[in-house]
Amino acid sequence: MTRIVRYIFIDILRTRFTMLYTLFLLVSTFALFHLDSDPGKVVLSLLNVVLMVVPLVSIVFTTIHFFNSYEFIELMLAQPVARRVVFLGEYMAVAFSLCSAFLVGAGVPLLMFGGGPGAWTLLFSGLMLTLVFVSLAFLSSVLTRDKAKAIGIALLFWFYFSLIYDGLLLWIIYSFADYPLEKVTLALIAFNPVDLARIVMLLQLDISALMGYTGAFYKNFFGSNSGILFSAGILVIWVLTPLWIALRVFTRKDL
Amino acid sequence: MTRPARLAGVVVIALWCAQTEAATLRVGKEEAIQSIRKAIDIAQPGDTILITGGVYREGNLRIEKPLVLLGINDPILDGERKYELLTIASSDVTVAGIVFRNTGRASMHDLAAVKLLNVSRVTVRDNRFEDVFFGIYLSGSSHSHICNNTLQATPGNEQDTGNGIHAWKSHNITIDSNVVRGHRDGIYFEFVTSSRIRYNTSEGNIRYGLHFMFSHDNEYRHNMFVRNGAGVAVMYTRGVHMINNTFGDNWGSAAYGLLLKDIRDSEVVGNKFVRNSAGIFMEGSSRITFRENSFTSNGYAIRLQASCDNNTFERNNFSSNTFDIVTNGSLVLNTIRNNYWDRYEGYDLDRDNTGDVPYRPVSMYSMIVERMPVAVLLWRSFLVFLLDRAERAMPAMTPVNLEDNAPSMKPHDLG
Amino acid sequence: MISVENISKNFGRLKALNGVNLQLSPGRSYALIGPNGSGKTTLIKCILGLVVPTSGDILFDGKSTLGDWRYRERIGYMPQIGRYPENMRIGQLIDMMKNIRKPTQDTDEELIEAFGLDRMMDKRMHALSGGTRQKVSAALAFLFDAPVLILDEPTAGLDPVSVEILKEKVLREKRLGRLIVISSHILSDLEDLTSDVIYMYEGKIQFDDTIEALKRDTNESKLSKAIATLVRQRELIHSVID
Repeated sequence: MTRIVRYIFIDILRTRFTMLYTLFLLVSTFALFHLDSDPGKVVLSLLNVVLMVVPLVSIVFTTIHFFNSYEFIELMLAQPVARRVVFLGEYMAVAFSLCSAFLVGAGVPLLMFGGGPGAWTLLFSGLMLTLVFVSLAFLSSVLTRDKAKAIGIALLFWFYFSLIYDGLLLWIIYSFADYPLEKVTLALIAFNPVDLARIVMLLQLDISALMGYTGAFYKNFFGSNSGILFSAGILVIWVLTPLWIALRVFTRKDL
Repeated sequence: MTRPARLAGVVVIALWCAQTEAATLRVGKEEAIQSIRKAIDIAQPGDTILITGGVYREGNLRIEKPLVLLGINDPILDGERKYELLTIASSDVTVAGIVFRNTGRASMHDLAAVKLLNVSRVTVRDNRFEDVFFGIYLSGSSHSHICNNTLQATPGNEQDTGNGIHAWKSHNITIDSNVVRGHRDGIYFEFVTSSRIRYNTSEGNIRYGLHFMFSHDNEYRHNMFVRNGAGVAVMYTRGVHMINNTFGDNWGSAAYGLLLKDIRDSEVVGNKFVRNSAGIFMEGSSRITFRENSFTSNGYAIRLQASCDNNTFERNNFSSNTFDIVTNGSLVLNTIRNNYWDRYEGYDLDRDNTGDVPYRPVSMYSMIVERMPVAVLLWRSFLVFLLDRAERAMPAMTPVNLEDNAPSMKPHDLG
Repeated sequence: MISVENISKNFGRLKALNGVNLQLSPGRSYALIGPNGSGKTTLIKCILGLVVPTSGDILFDGKSTLGDWRYRERIGYMPQIGRYPENMRIGQLIDMMKNIRKPTQDTDEELIEAFGLDRMMDKRMHALSGGTRQKVSAALAFLFDAPVLILDEPTAGLDPVSVEILKEKVLREKRLGRLIVISSHILSDLEDLTSDVIYMYEGKIQFDDTIEALKRDTNESKLSKAIATLVRQRELIHSVID
């Protein structure tokens, strides 16, 4: 499998899209560092990129890549190799290449200019969100044979986790404002990887915003070691669950 | 005060003693008088007692005549965790250069290292206080100076830690250049008037860096109140002058850079509020002028309860705060003008350095959080971004009249 | 060697395969023909394990292929459309395939040389013409000396010289006793290469016998004519039945 991963990885790295993505991240990160001398603020601005752009690029690129590789995947599957190997090989190759694009584009300038501990959390969140949305893209790709439909599902995933879910959350908070909601919301946050990554970042960067009575509760939770482990664990579950479902569908699927 | 300056002070006092033909008594292990208590006993009013280096365990010492107590080579008064150390019950006493250590702790009596009881013209300067319950305690005293002292306690819980500098029913006090750390309240006033508090540092205290009530017409200049459990809280007072102080790093669910409750006819000018949960929290306060302060990196720069009116905010700088102003009502009775807001996105076509469209410092999302605190979870989400944009375009929820009609395009130069 | 036992495949309401039975033996080569949508590609995909039959079984040397993948070690497959990762070099692709299959003996690089691919190992896939990509596909199918060769429209897009090279290669492999399945529209190509004809129509096998038998049945001497006659006969029968 390593050679499958390696060659596909090298192939993706050379695509124009990956190069543009890396370049975009590089240019915007450098530009932010030039506009603002405070690395903390730069990290905060980059947070928006990590929460919006990284998931969008990851999920759309992966879905398109899957369908562009359809014939090649077929050819590989006609060889004496388990479907699982081909599938995981494709996943790893795409995930590695998007992660490297992110690391080079955002990580290199961050480490050059020094963003403090927030920078590490930002990079971690960005990588985790990349992995999560590549998983979701594979899921939307195996759910249908139609490329356009798959891209539609992928965009829907992105839109749901970036906006709709938060709208529902706000609606729940509004409807049940008279009840103690701290623990419930904590559980609800775990059902959206974007929110989870955002809050882990906020507690690093913008801690004062969460300093009301309620905020103290979240800070105590997410600030503790077990809270950090919890968030990381949930994000890992968010990577593995869609991937596992997609793999199960893929191994039974007609190509 | 530097060491040469301190020596000079000793010389001046020595000369003054010589002129009035007052005697100087030396206390120490190698001296004729070995106990401070004995020296105080035999001293005549106006005498100077020089206490040389060493540890003195003499329980509570009470001074009932005008004396000067001077420590040489840091003599230590140790209270063995049982006693109040020095009780001053006479006016015109000076205490300097002594290390006070280990007073007793009691819940009924405010045991202090140095207590001033109904006296005037007392000076307490250049002393060190280590692990004392109350540090310097003024009761019914006036015209006294507390300067250049360092107070360091080991923070325990609120019950067995006393206040650093504590004053009750006193007036015309000067508190200058002291450092207080690890106490309950760094500086505490109740019924203290016409006093000056300058150049002090109150840091890392369990509760408040500065806490006062019913203390009118005092002036606070160039103090640092940082990293205190709940920041600074002042209440039920008029005529407060807070100038050029720094309020910083006061974190926590109930921590404020400056909490103003029922404060009237006061001014808050040229202060810096940095990295506090709330820079200023005010309720029931009116006729206060906030001018030329800078609010930087606070959670809330200002939390303005609807019970406040006739306050003026002008020429302040607001930058990198999570929320600029939050309020729980629609208030129109305060004036906000010509401040610099880093979030301002307006333009200045006539080039007069003030924006041509008003700035509205209360965001929709802050109103949501005010009503539903759990909604802080959505901070910096795309949804909140859209909501704030929509609200700015068509105000529906935020108080319409709360706006800065002449926002500054550039930060004011506040030094 | 391969026995297809009563397989059916439904895609939703569409019956792509409907009770197909086939015996494919080594040393024989089969022309798989039929109009578009007759189920040829689905049948090939079923044999390759790319499509899972709704019912029925496919045995490879007596063992079921369902849920197995090892039997594919013995199949060389040339797809109809060869699309490869754009930035992969020919050499990398071949290396990757070798890595997947882990051949125990020397690989058969005859076609690589005959097509001149050995001189363009560093070329990237996006720089290749459709014909060259087809040559790559063909070379890959023959690379591992597989006892079974499945070629889906092998000559489409190839230049006449290359078609001849490929035909020669197929004939040599046939003489070596390989089982060869070729699906094609170009009947003249098939005439020289195949010994048997499998004609599919609407998901069913309509005819499965040797070319000699087909010519005898239809009284035609050329394969193309024979098939045309066969199709007309079948249509006639269908119209009578309907």
